[in-house]
Amino acid sequence: MQKVLDNFFNIEVMAKYLPNILDGFVLTVYLAVSVVATGIVLGLALAILRAFQIKPVNFLIVIFVDLFRALPPLVIMMIFYFAFPYVGLTMSGFVAAWSCLALVLAAFAEEIYWAGILSVHKGQWEAARSTGLTHLETLIHVVLPQALRLAIAPLTNRAIAISKGTALASVVAVQEILAHAATAQAFSANTSPLTMGAIAYLILFAPLVTASRWVEARYAWKR
Amino acid sequence: MDAIIENFFNVPIMVKMFPFLLSGFWWTIKLCLLVVPLGIVSGLAVAMLYATHIRVLKWLVIIYVDFFRSFPPLVLLVFVYYGLPLVGLELPALISVVVAFMLNTSSYYGEIFRAGIESIPRGQWEAARSTGLTWLQTMVHVVVPQAARNVAPDLTSNTLEVMKFTALASVVSFPELLRQAQLAQGLTYNPTPLIMAAGMYLVLLWPIVRLLSRMERRMLAVR
Amino acid sequence: MPGTRGAVTPGPPILDVRGLRKSFGPLEVLKGIDLLVDPQELVFVIGPSGSGKSTLLRCCNRLEEPSSGHVWVDGVDILARATDINAVRRTIGMVFQSFNLYPHMTALGNVTLALRKVAGFARPEAETRGHVALERVDLAEKAAAYPNELSGGQQQRVAIARALALEPKIMLFDEPTSALDPELVGSVLAVMRNMRASGMTMVVVSHEMRFAREAADRVIFMDHGEIVEEGPPERIFGAPEEGRTRAFLASVFDR
Repeated sequence: MQKVLDNFFNIEVMAKYLPNILDGFVLTVYLAVSVVATGIVLGLALAILRAFQIKPVNFLIVIFVDLFRALPPLVIMMIFYFAFPYVGLTMSGFVAAWSCLALVLAAFAEEIYWAGILSVHKGQWEAARSTGLTHLETLIHVVLPQALRLAIAPLTNRAIAISKGTALASVVAVQEILAHAATAQAFSANTSPLTMGAIAYLILFAPLVTASRWVEARYAWKR
Repeated sequence: MDAIIENFFNVPIMVKMFPFLLSGFWWTIKLCLLVVPLGIVSGLAVAMLYATHIRVLKWLVIIYVDFFRSFPPLVLLVFVYYGLPLVGLELPALISVVVAFMLNTSSYYGEIFRAGIESIPRGQWEAARSTGLTWLQTMVHVVVPQAARNVAPDLTSNTLEVMKFTALASVVSFPELLRQAQLAQGLTYNPTPLIMAAGMYLVLLWPIVRLLSRMERRMLAVR
Repeated sequence: MPGTRGAVTPGPPILDVRGLRKSFGPLEVLKGIDLLVDPQELVFVIGPSGSGKSTLLRCCNRLEEPSSGHVWVDGVDILARATDINAVRRTIGMVFQSFNLYPHMTALGNVTLALRKVAGFARPEAETRGHVALERVDLAEKAAAYPNELSGGQQQRVAIARALALEPKIMLFDEPTSALDPELVGSVLAVMRNMRASGMTMVVVSHEMRFAREAADRVIFMDHGEIVEEGPPERIFGAPEEGRTRAFLASVFDR
């Protein structure tokens, strides 16, 4: 028991590395917020673009969405960080992680918005167009408000899941929580920094996960 | 353009490294075949515990599920792989991966099955119990088959996520596809193997993304 | 006070309910019910909604747990700790207002599930019995159909077959025709008529007064969780003694 305490909850080690973990915490939050903000806006833009039903554009959107839904984010991140420099496109680990996760979220978000748009009854389009609204006006004032309501619950879940993907950034040398925790663990030959890292994630995500339960109940898709 | 072909689609390197990557691809498939069924079975068990409506069990399940949903899977993996050996619990990489993923995926599958089970009307339970079926028989023969059908898109979507998670095993040096691609890149000083790995992931996962889109469309149609 | 007995057959009753009470929180929906049902008797339970009729039925196979009182089915105390309720339920068929067929199974699958899992028959034997049961409700040709391919009346008949196949000692009907379009009611009542002719003991909660008048041995009027009045249909419908019964019947026949 003492061994477990010494290794997982060693106060001395924890105190020493707490500032590092806090640094990582701030960076994780910053990265996650950037990813979510970019991802859901880009996803919405793509869904609106798709609603114009321009064949070649839609084809490209579907390819993009499928690609970023199918590939493991870590693979995409590695390609951004390790492969792109070979063709002259060099980026920091942070940019690689941010752009990778934002694009993945955008792909998922586009699908969610699009499903919402499709689920709005055709009569809504017809009624709005019959009063003289343009396609874009109908989309923005009539269809999207209804579609967004349906999108809230799945989008919340997806945003949380992809925010957790920020841990992947440790692999491309971003000093977020996991990177700090793993480095500290190696230096101290003690698991306590990892415990601290885990607690940091718990503090960050447990409220979100619990809140998503509430969001799901509140904005449930009525089947 | 030449730089792209030289660095991303270098045919001699592709030919040379193909068997090496293929060995990783098989490991990725084997990991999926291990992790997905284990996750489904344990998730079903979690959901059934919840459905007993025994208050204590219900709360334990909610705490378990939300706890493990709060950690990035990579954090769980690093914790299990690097943390446990320090207290004398040295697990082989394969076991670490399976254990860490099971904690994570059982929570997600559990949530999905729970929603599915709750979607089954009470009359189904009453009809089955009135013919003398036990709680467990009702669950297995009447409720779960319908529940699984109701949440099939969510199950598929989560399975896709779990399969993508297997790429994380590269972080603990497990010789799956991404790990082999990284090694190959190091050997050849050329990122072509990374692009190849992405292609192989697409072969495995794109069909599932397409299937998922079809299922989601169909779900919309019946709503 | 034990309930009055019908005059069909002497011998021990199939269903024996004594002092049955049931509360949901502060609301007492059954206030001490006594009821005896003899073999081959058809007992009809009528009353306004919320009078506790359905709860009474559901206490008889413990879909609801009675708050107090006793229920014996064919001599078995179903509330006793030692009683295997699942074994007893096999002998108590129940038919629901909303059919509650299993949508992922064929008609035959619906009928054979409990035959295999509760009665323990191997699949071929279960299917033979299942076909016989479907034949009894005149749906032999629909064995392979899924519930969503059947009309409401056909679904309800499959539900009856599902209960019948287990060869129950008594059948409980909880508003079996209330969810049906009027033109489909007849086929379900016809099946119930046949069951009565072949000697099945039945307790029916229903608003089909014409059917009650023609087929019931005894009619029970319930209101506010109590049995207000009971007797042969001619008397209950023709010359009810209680004011509440009269008021209820008037409201029903006015419609």
